[in-house]
Amino acid sequence: MTQAVNLPPHVKETDLAGLYKQMWLIRYFEEKVDEFFAKGMIHGTTHLSVGQEASAVGAIAVLEEEDKITSTHRGHGHCIAKGAEVNPMMAELFGRTTGYCKGKGGSMHIADVASGNLGANGIVGGGFAIAAGAALTSQMKRAGYVVLCFFGDGASNEGSFHEAINLASIWKLPVVFICENNQYGMSGPVKDMTNIENIADRAESYGIPGKVVDGNDVFDVMNGVGEAVERARNGEGPSLIEAKTYRWKGHSKSDAKKYRTREEETEWRQKDPIERFRLILVNEGLLSEEDAENIRLEAKKEVEESVEFAINSPEPTLDDLMEDIFA
Amino acid sequence: MRELTYLEAVREAMSQEMRENDDVFILGEDIGVYGGAFGVTRGMIEEFGPERIRNTPISEAAISGAAVGAALTGMRPILELQFSDFITIAMDNMVNQAAKIRYMYGGKGKVPMVLRTPAGSGTGAAAQHSQSLEAWMAHVPGLKVVQPSTAYDAKGLLKAAIDDDNPVIFYEHKLCYRTKSDVPEEPYSIPLGKADVKRQGTDVTIVATAIMVHKSLEAAAELEKQGISVEVIDPRTLVPLDEETIIESVKKTSRLVVVHEAVKRGGFGGEIASMIAESEAFDYLDAPIKRLGGKSVPIPYNPELEKSAVPGVEDIIAAVKETVNRQ
Ligand SMILES: Cc1ncc(C[n+]2csc(CCOP(=O)(O)OP(=O)(O)O)c2C)c(N)n1
Repeated sequence: MTQAVNLPPHVKETDLAGLYKQMWLIRYFEEKVDEFFAKGMIHGTTHLSVGQEASAVGAIAVLEEEDKITSTHRGHGHCIAKGAEVNPMMAELFGRTTGYCKGKGGSMHIADVASGNLGANGIVGGGFAIAAGAALTSQMKRAGYVVLCFFGDGASNEGSFHEAINLASIWKLPVVFICENNQYGMSGPVKDMTNIENIADRAESYGIPGKVVDGNDVFDVMNGVGEAVERARNGEGPSLIEAKTYRWKGHSKSDAKKYRTREEETEWRQKDPIERFRLILVNEGLLSEEDAENIRLEAKKEVEESVEFAINSPEPTLDDLMEDIFA
Repeated sequence: MRELTYLEAVREAMSQEMRENDDVFILGEDIGVYGGAFGVTRGMIEEFGPERIRNTPISEAAISGAAVGAALTGMRPILELQFSDFITIAMDNMVNQAAKIRYMYGGKGKVPMVLRTPAGSGTGAAAQHSQSLEAWMAHVPGLKVVQPSTAYDAKGLLKAAIDDDNPVIFYEHKLCYRTKSDVPEEPYSIPLGKADVKRQGTDVTIVATAIMVHKSLEAAAELEKQGISVEVIDPRTLVPLDEETIIESVKKTSRLVVVHEAVKRGGFGGEIASMIAESEAFDYLDAPIKRLGGKSVPIPYNPELEKSAVPGVEDIIAAVKETVNRQ
């Protein structure tokens, strides 16, 4: 494989083990969430991104620490890739005060503005214009940071997609729009909901570059997004990247998945982005089999510990209810 | 008589109307094989096919506008929005188009559409999926606003809404979906603008909407044990509002408590209270009118905080007692 040595600027071979760990953290985190959801210990709703780990990790890998992201309702992966810790994330899902949002936001609203995670979003399409606005700050303050805006294929049919990309384009804002095309909205197949082959093709109508990458190949994602981030940082404006991938699980808890076939699911499971990454790392001699295994176990342990942390954390009290409404 | 859940009653009303009238059709996200976010349209695509159970992209602005256009030209669309919070994205079409068109055109043209949407908290879906925004809609001249609390009412009111030649917002409270009542099989209509006395009483009137009707009835049953006789009125529609039934009840009991889940500040309870203050019932009042509504806080994720953000049975009992004990 030649991909492994073909890394975008800012990503070093020594970073790869860390990225591999992030992918396992995401996988295990979400599997735990699934488990505790089924047990009724996590309430509300959650949307899992199992199978999509490469797009979150690959895209954020090319960012600098001061760069920012906006995320979606399916945001656990983005959060972890941006450096969030699993303890306060799990605590948030358990509704505890030690959670990222003090138990007030839950799965769909995890945010940490200080560390550049401008938030998951319960509103499909809610992040587009916010990302453009954060990029506007960067431009006006000459702050030099770039904003990465995650969204789904379904979200690309919201008006906000078109309005925000147009705005970002005419103002040359330092923002990269990255579509994680997992083939479906809730039940709507992308091929029935858009009349074009690629979401990335829409870039043309806004006069910006559009590019399709293999969303299950962390290297391809890094390279595609890396180029776009460079462009944005150099003042050349926004890009639209589409990462083709698949969500293994249903949309959320109560999804019978009647809109797709077993065969399709099996086919995509064989393209497991984590296993694919591992094979490259090991085959290229970038990581030993043994180290890879240890990393996996470490991630698993961290996630298990996060459950303990969450369960042992305090519940908010009624005094907390009216806090944090205004600054 | 058969019992149906509220959810089944909504579905039955739509199915019967669709069998009767080819102009009636449903559009919305995931209403086809998925059966809608809450399962309300489950099975309907099998009977009516994809042309009339029309799955849309995630595009609330476009589909609400399309409903307005279809209605204006002879169809009777039912638009399902997955959560009432997303009405914010359909707002321009509902407020600036649907509500105004008939009047602006001097009565030439009409917009017979129904926007159905689940509202309210109690499912842990947090701040962007739990709001009660009915007062917004009730404020706009040209929109009718319906809030059924029982399966029986839901079926009859939905038929009336579909038969109505005006735009109607039909709020379905998520916690009402699984409640049951006797529902006749044959189609029947409950006129918009007719309140229902859910319980007769002599000491105090409670006017309550949606899930608060159920909580108020629970409170009334408890208060009866303590020797307080409570009359519970469900207006069922905010626009048009059955002022007479409420005024007559207050004249009889001399005391009024208004209960809704929506935030108290700026909520529709203020409208009912001032309606009474401006009516002849004012002279009959033996105590100040009491309003109970949600706290001025976004709905939090943590289950205990979520509960405490909106009125509960205990709060209603306390409010009634305070009103009754007032000399
Ligand atoms: C404005 C709005 N409309 C609808 C929904 C309900 N909803 C939540 S996620 C979702 C599907 C989103 O699909 P996509 O953008 O492709 O993201 P994915 O779930 O595939 O990651 C829908 C319809 C919502 N949360 N917000």
